[in-house]
Amino acid sequence: METLIVNTLLSLMVVAVVVLARTRNLFAVIVLFGLYSFLMATVMVALDAVDVAMTEAAVGAGISTVLMLGALHLCRSEEAKPAHKPWLPLAVTAATGLVLVYGTLELPAFSDPAAPIHTHVAPRYLEDGPRETGIPNVVTAVLASYRGFDTLGETTVVFTAGAGIIALLRRRRRNSRDGT
Amino acid sequence: MFAAAAGVLLVTLALALVRAARGPSVFDRLLATNTVGTCAVLLLAVIGFLTGRPEFLDLALVYGLLNVIGTVAVLKFFRYGNLGDPGPGEKPAP
Repeated sequence: METLIVNTLLSLMVVAVVVLARTRNLFAVIVLFGLYSFLMATVMVALDAVDVAMTEAAVGAGISTVLMLGALHLCRSEEAKPAHKPWLPLAVTAATGLVLVYGTLELPAFSDPAAPIHTHVAPRYLEDGPRETGIPNVVTAVLASYRGFDTLGETTVVFTAGAGIIALLRRRRRNSRDGT
Repeated sequence: MFAAAAGVLLVTLALALVRAARGPSVFDRLLATNTVGTCAVLLLAVIGFLTGRPEFLDLALVYGLLNVIGTVAVLKFFRYGNLGDPGPGEKPAP
C-alpha cells in the first residue's frame, strides 16, 4: 500500500512538472511550484526521511514561494517566448537523466540491511557513540562530534548566505523608501 | 479502512492537480494548491496510522501552518503587488 501511495505521488509530480514547463504565466508557475513541493515532501515522509521532508516543506513550499513572489514583483508576469527551439537542451537533459538512472541500477535495494552504508561506520556510531562523545542522541553525536568540521563548514555557508540576503534586502528597502 | 482513506485522498490529489493544471484563473490554481496542501496533511496522518507509527503527526501540523502562510503570502502579493506593504493603518497601498 505504501509503495502504491509513493508511486501515485511520483506520477502526480511528473504531471505537475509537465504542466509547470508548459505554463507561461509566472504567477501560476510559482503557485504550481508550491504544489510540487507539497507532493515532494509527502513522498519524503512516506520514505521515512522526516527531516528532509520538513526542510522541503519549509524551504520549497514556504520560503522559496515568498522569495519568488518578491522576484516576480521586479519583472513581468508573463514568460517571453524562447528565442531558440528547445531540442538541444531537451536532448542534453534527457541524456543526463538516462545516465543518472543508469547510475542507480547498481545501488543496493531500498532499506537493505547489508548495504555498505549500514556496515561501514554506522555500527560504531550506534554502539560506541554515547560512550565516545557523551551525547545520548545518535544524530546529534554524528552531526556535532564525528562530523564536527563538516557541520562547521555548513554553518559558515548558511551564515554567509543569511548575511548576504540581509545586506541585499536592507539596501532594497532603503531605496524604495527614498523613492516614495 | 486507512487504505481506503489513502486511496480516496490520492484521487482527491489527482483531481486537485487537474484543476491546478487547467484552472483558467490564478485563484483556481491557488485554491487547488491549498487543497493539495490539505490533502498532504491528511495523507501524512493516514500514512502514519497505516504504517503503525503515528508519531509523525507533528509534521502534519507543521504542514498545516506552512500551507496557511504560503496562501496568505500569495494572496497578499496578489492584492498589494508586493510583500513589503506597511498595511492599511500607516499608508495607502500604491
